[in-house]
Amino acid sequence: MNTTSMRRAAIPLILFALLAVAPLASDGYTLSLLARAMIFALAAVSLDFILGYGALVSFGHAATMGIGAYAVGILAEEGIGDALVAFPAAMAAAGLFALVTGAISLKTRGVYFIMITLAFGQMAYFVTQSLSAYGGDDGLSLAVRSTIAGHRWLRDPLIFHYVILGLLALTFLFCRMLVRAPFGRVLEGAKENERRMRALGVNPYPYRLIAFTLAGALAGLAGALFANLTEFVSPAYLSWYRSGELIVMVVAGGVGTLYGAILGALGVVLAEEGLSLITEHWRILFGPLLVLIVLFTRGGLAAVLGGKGGADRG
Amino acid sequence: MSLALFLVQILNGLQLGILLFLVAAGLTLVFGVMDVINLAHGVQYMLGAYLMVTATALTGSFWLGLPLALVAALVLGLVLERLVIRQLYGRDHLEQVLATFGIILFVNEAVRMIWGASPLSIPMPQALSGSVPLLDGLNYPVYRLALIAVGLALAGGLYLLVTRTRSGMLLRAGASNAPMVSALGVDITALFAKVFAFGAMLAAFAGAMAGPILSVEPGMGDSLLILAFVVIVIGGIGSMRGAFIAALLVGLIDTLGRSFITDLLKLVMPAADANQAGPALASMSVYLLMALVLFFRPRGLFPAPA
Repeated sequence: MNTTSMRRAAIPLILFALLAVAPLASDGYTLSLLARAMIFALAAVSLDFILGYGALVSFGHAATMGIGAYAVGILAEEGIGDALVAFPAAMAAAGLFALVTGAISLKTRGVYFIMITLAFGQMAYFVTQSLSAYGGDDGLSLAVRSTIAGHRWLRDPLIFHYVILGLLALTFLFCRMLVRAPFGRVLEGAKENERRMRALGVNPYPYRLIAFTLAGALAGLAGALFANLTEFVSPAYLSWYRSGELIVMVVAGGVGTLYGAILGALGVVLAEEGLSLITEHWRILFGPLLVLIVLFTRGGLAAVLGGKGGADRG
Repeated sequence: MSLALFLVQILNGLQLGILLFLVAAGLTLVFGVMDVINLAHGVQYMLGAYLMVTATALTGSFWLGLPLALVAALVLGLVLERLVIRQLYGRDHLEQVLATFGIILFVNEAVRMIWGASPLSIPMPQALSGSVPLLDGLNYPVYRLALIAVGLALAGGLYLLVTRTRSGMLLRAGASNAPMVSALGVDITALFAKVFAFGAMLAAFAGAMAGPILSVEPGMGDSLLILAFVVIVIGGIGSMRGAFIAALLVGLIDTLGRSFITDLLKLVMPAADANQAGPALASMSVYLLMALVLFFRPRGLFPAPA
């Protein structure tokens, strides 16, 4: 093991250790900011799983996250407020949406894929807007956070912090296991050279569809957590703007590393918060910052911390 | 549903289609020739409208303001190309999406700071402010008819420009093989800059023309941008003809859907359900169309030759 790969192996360990001890030095405001960052990190990891390893640039990933959030909101409205039911339901709903839209979208490549996922995301956005029984345009408030087997644990910010951190770590390990397994090799092989993959007798389509569905379900989990954090769901969660933000997080952190997505999400959420403390017009600073990141860095934050030399190949 | 109402909605649909075409034309040119996805194209439409607000206020006239706004938009387009877009040629599409997303954030916020967040309007030019009778008891605003006419004329002009002139020939050559055109002694950098600025001006023209009938507000380009993307994907990316046909199709379907889907649904389901489902289905209709087209023709209706 050379120093570069040691550094790369150490980054996620250090990252999770820092997140684990963070509550020691945090007040309520910082904790909720961190919770927000970790939830977006979870969604960003799931996006990097398909974007970084399968070159599937989904511009509708926020839709799956929003569907997860709506699943929690709607079930709570119907009297089912337990996370043991609502969270799996959120993942199933988001996964099903990804399965159906993915089956169609994956027939296309490149720019067309970006655009068709955007279109499906917009469709989901308009559907939530028309759900007048569940708030319609105005969104839906959660009366209380989800219970866990009847206990109101998620009300405690500290427990909530560790629940999110635990789910983020599980998601990270799950995705890392998949990309290192033969499954991930097929995804990457099809990304590098689809024709050769087919010549080897492997049809990448079902692999891509499974990956797309899993990523959708994981984003749905992030959405379920986000609904609990804000105690509110609204169509804005599914907007194309959110999908753009998720792509920003993955690319800024470093595509195809998984931990880069976590770095990116933490960086973007903290940067937005920091800039908004300076001025209410923080986007006037954040926009050019994005342009500079694209023009002057290759490989994102992960490359800066982990040494140059392209993405982590496991 | 009366014939007159139907006719009005057809005209409104055509008018949305024309606006979409003016925005989509630049988008598809920039993508076809330069292989750049420019998400910031929508803010150029918005800038056109805002520049028009200021230009008409300064000159006190729609007709003096329009050229002023267009020249300003052209200059801004050239500056944007020089500062950012030029660095993105040959880069990954993902990086282009990201950088131009950054430009959207910047311009939307800049507009909010300069012109404020509340909607503005552009006064209708005196000569076009009346309405003309089309059928018995059906008057239609002259300005909207003029917009359709000007748009159709521009589309025709663009077609001639691309197929019949030397610049158009260079453009088509650049789209099929840019390095070869460059090797033959054409200044490809200058060509790209011209194409980009021209596309920006077309979008700004659409924004300026839309100003008197829509409200001018921050973010107004975003929804139009997404529709324009739907248009170029349905039409086939890089194809001018495809963009024109798809723009009219999307404009008509969107407008007619919003007016009539709820009534149509009432024929097959209870009124309460139709009132629920109608608006949702109407907003989704163009995206459904796009998904259908891509399912059967993954490269759009008129795929540009690869």
